[in-house]
Amino acid sequence: MTALLNVRDLHAYYGQIQALHGLSFSLQEGSVTTLLGANGAGKTTTLRAICNMVRTTGTIEFEGRSITRTSTESIVKLGIAHVPQGRGTFTRMNVEENLQLGAITRGDRAAIASDIERMYDLFPVLRQRRLQQAGLLSGGEQQMLAVARALMLRPRLLLLDEPSFGLAPLVVRDVFRVLGDINRNDKVTILVVEQNAQLALELADQAYVIETGEIVKSGPAVEIANNEDIRKSYLGY
Amino acid sequence: MSTAHDTAAEIAAARAAAAKPALTIPIVASIVTLALLIVVPLFIKNFYVFQLTIIMVYAIAILSLNILTGASGQFSLGHSAFFAVGAYACGIMMEHANIPYPLAIPIAGLICFVIGFLFGFPALRLKGVYLALATFALAVAAPPLFKLGTFEHWTGGVQGLLVTKPDAPFGISLSQDRYVYYLTLFIALIIYWLSVNLLNSRSGRALKAIRDNEIAASSMGVDLALYKTLAFGISAGFTGVAGALGAITVAFVAPDAYTVNFAISLFLGMVIGGVGWLPGSLAGAAFIVLVPNLAEGVSKGLSGAVFGVFIIAMIFLLPNGARQLAYYCYAQLKKLAR
Amino acid sequence: MELFTNQVLSGIATGAIYACMALAVVMIYEAIDHLNFAQGEMAMFSTFIAWQFMQWGVPYWGAFIIAVVLSLFAGIAIERVLFRPLGHASILVHIAGFIALFAIINSVAGLIWDFTIKPFPTPFGSTPLLGGVISSHQAGMIAVTLVLLGLLYLFFRFTRIGLAMRAAATMPESARLVGVNVGWMIALGWGLAAAIGAIAGIMIAPVIFLEPNMMGGVLLYGFVGAVLGGLSSPAGAVAGGFMVGVLENLAGTYIPGVGNELKLPIALAMIVAVLVFKPNGLFGRVQVQRV
Repeated sequence: MTALLNVRDLHAYYGQIQALHGLSFSLQEGSVTTLLGANGAGKTTTLRAICNMVRTTGTIEFEGRSITRTSTESIVKLGIAHVPQGRGTFTRMNVEENLQLGAITRGDRAAIASDIERMYDLFPVLRQRRLQQAGLLSGGEQQMLAVARALMLRPRLLLLDEPSFGLAPLVVRDVFRVLGDINRNDKVTILVVEQNAQLALELADQAYVIETGEIVKSGPAVEIANNEDIRKSYLGY
Repeated sequence: MSTAHDTAAEIAAARAAAAKPALTIPIVASIVTLALLIVVPLFIKNFYVFQLTIIMVYAIAILSLNILTGASGQFSLGHSAFFAVGAYACGIMMEHANIPYPLAIPIAGLICFVIGFLFGFPALRLKGVYLALATFALAVAAPPLFKLGTFEHWTGGVQGLLVTKPDAPFGISLSQDRYVYYLTLFIALIIYWLSVNLLNSRSGRALKAIRDNEIAASSMGVDLALYKTLAFGISAGFTGVAGALGAITVAFVAPDAYTVNFAISLFLGMVIGGVGWLPGSLAGAAFIVLVPNLAEGVSKGLSGAVFGVFIIAMIFLLPNGARQLAYYCYAQLKKLAR
Repeated sequence: MELFTNQVLSGIATGAIYACMALAVVMIYEAIDHLNFAQGEMAMFSTFIAWQFMQWGVPYWGAFIIAVVLSLFAGIAIERVLFRPLGHASILVHIAGFIALFAIINSVAGLIWDFTIKPFPTPFGSTPLLGGVISSHQAGMIAVTLVLLGLLYLFFRFTRIGLAMRAAATMPESARLVGVNVGWMIALGWGLAAAIGAIAGIMIAPVIFLEPNMMGGVLLYGFVGAVLGGLSSPAGAVAGGFMVGVLENLAGTYIPGVGNELKLPIALAMIVAVLVFKPNGLFGRVQVQRV
C-alpha cells in the first residue's frame, strides 16, 4: 500500500530560525496518525509545512506528487484540509456560510447542499445555530464547525492542530468520536497534532513524538501508549 | 616589578584608543558631504546657490517628517500646512510687525510647534489610514484659509506677500543668495544635530518603542499621549522653521505654493530618502526638486507621467530609499577594503 | 423649515456624487486595508473612455457598459502588475505607488484629451423636480447609486465569488486554507472598485464637467463619506457620502461667512470632528486589537 503522504528530510524555517531539523515520516491511506510532543516542539510547524505556509527544504509528496512548491490554496484543492490552531473560523460570517466556504472549491452544487445537511446530522448543535454569527459560538461549537468546514472539502487527508485545545473533556470526547467515525466510514486519512496525548493515542493507529524539531520516537500508537518511559519522558503522564 | 604598572598603562591606552571615534566610512562620507556643502556654493552661480538653498529648506522639512514617521510611526500627508504657517508667520512678522528675521524664524517655528502639538491630540485617536486622511485634509484645507478675504490685510490674499530678503550682516561681502544659503545650512545643521540627539535620547527610544509596538510600549510605562503629541509638535515646529527659511529664500509667500502637491512631494521625499534615516532627507529633497525638472525635460506634456514612472522605478528598485543605496555602497566598500 | 428640507434634499442630491465615490473607496479598502489615492483619477480616466466612445458614435448606454467593463479589467491589471509585486513592502511604499499612479493617469489623460472643460451627457435629462430643488439627473444619480448598492449587496451575500471575496478580505489565511486564491480576490476587489469608480465618474461628469482635474475635491469628499461610514461597509459608505452632501449644504446655508472658499476646510473640520468622537466612523466596527 503506497503512502498517501510521504515526508522526507523536512527542514522548516521561520525567517532565520530553524524549526524542523530533517523530519521523515509517512502516512498510510486510511490511517489515523498522531504527532505528539511538548509546546514548541514543532508539531504545528509540521502541519504548516505540509500546506506550504512556512519556508521548507526537503521532500513532501502527496499521492506520489511533490507538493513542496505548490501554493497553499492549490494544496487544499488536491484534497488536504487543515484545521489550524485556533480553528480559523470565519467569525464574521454565519455557520452556514462557514460550511459553504469549506466547499468553495467544489463545483457540484447539489452534492454540496446535501453535504451541509450531513454536517448538521453529524453535529446537531450546528443546525440549531446555522444562521448565527460564527464568532459567537462557544469553543466546542467552533471546533465542531471547524471540523465540519474541513469535511465539506471531502478531503483525502485531514490535518488537525490541537483540536482539544481549550475544550471541556466531554466535548473533546465528542470531537474525537466524530473523527473516528469519519475515518472509518468515509475513509479519511487523519493526521492529528495533540498535546493531550492520551486521547490522541486511543484514536490513532500510528504515533510520532517530536522534540525540538526532530522525531525522537515512532511506532504503533498502542506501543507508545503502553511504554511508561516514553510517556513519562516526552508526554508528561 | 613594573608588570602591574605596565598592564595598567596598557589598559589606559586601550581605553583611550577606543574612546576616539574610528574613521569609519559613514563618518568620512559625512565629512566630505559637509565640506562640499560649505565650499561649493562659493564657486557656483547665484541661481544654483538659490536652488541648493531650496533643496536644503526642503531637506529640513523632510527631516521633520522623518522624525514623525520614522521615530513615532505616525503619519502625515499634511506637512505643507505647517510649512505654510511657518512661511506666513515669518513673512507677516517681518513685513507687518517689523520683527527682524533672526527672531521671526524661531518664533515661526514655535507657533508651528504649538499648532502641531494641538493637532497631535485629536491625531492620537487615529491610526494608519485615518491619520493619513486627516493630515491630507489638513493639507487641502490650508491654502483656502490663506486666501480668505478676512485675513487679506495680513496675508495678501490670493496674491500673496512679498518678503524682504536679508543682506549679509556685519558688512560681510556675500551675495544675498549666498548669505541665505549659509544661514539655512547653519540652521539645518543645528536641527539635524538636535534630531539625532533627540532620537538617541531616552525620549527618542521611547518614540521608537511606540513606533514598533504601541501596546508593549504603553505597558512598559511610556506615556503614549505625551510622546506622540510631542513628536507631532516638534515635527511641525521644525517644518515651520523650514517654511520661514523658505519664505526669506524665495522672498515671497503665496497660498498656491503650499498645496496638497507640496505635501505629497514632502512625503515622497521621505520615502525616496529612506524613512527614518536622517541623512536621506537631503537625498529625498534633491529628488523632489530636481527630478520634476528632469521629467519636464524628457517630455513637457507628460512630465507628470514621467515623474510617476521615476517614483515607481525607485520603489521597485530601492523600496527602502536612498538608505538602501547607501548601505549597499557601504557594504561594497567594506568588501574592497578587505 | 421649508428651507431646511430643501437644503437637506439638495444636499442628498449632491451627496449622491460623494456616495458613489465612497462606495468605490470602500471596495478597495476592504481588499487592501488602505485608501487608494488614485481612485479619483481612475474614475476620471474611465469617464473619458466613455466620452471617447460616444465621440465615435456609440450610444450612451453602450459607451457606459464598455467603459465599466474596461475599467474592471484595468483595475485587475493595475493590481497584478503594480501592487502585487510590491507585496509586503511598507505601507508608505504603497502610498508612494498610489501617488505615482495618480500622477501618471492625470498626466496621460491631459495629454490625450487636454485640459479644456467638456460637457458630458446625461440619460436622465435635466428637468427640475420637486419644485426646482433637485434635477432629474440628480434623481437619476441617487437611483443609480442605490441600485448599485443593492446589486453589490446581492453579489456579496448570495454568490460564491462574493463569499470568497469576503473571506479573503476578512481572514486571508483561513481563506487560503479553504482553497481561496487570496491574491486573485484582491485583484478582483480592485477591478470592482475601478468599475464602480467608472460608474461614479460617468454619473458625476454631467454636474461638474469633464476635465482631468475634476475628481480632486470629489475624491476627498468621497474619503470623508467612507470614513464617516466606518470604512467597513458599502452601505455605511453610501450613507456617509449622502451625509457629507447634506452637511456641506447646511453649513453653507446656516453658518455665516461660509462660502465656496471654505468648502475644503469644512471637509477637514468634519473629518477631524467625527474621528475625534468616533474613531471608527459612525457605523464602524470597533477594532479589537489582540495584545
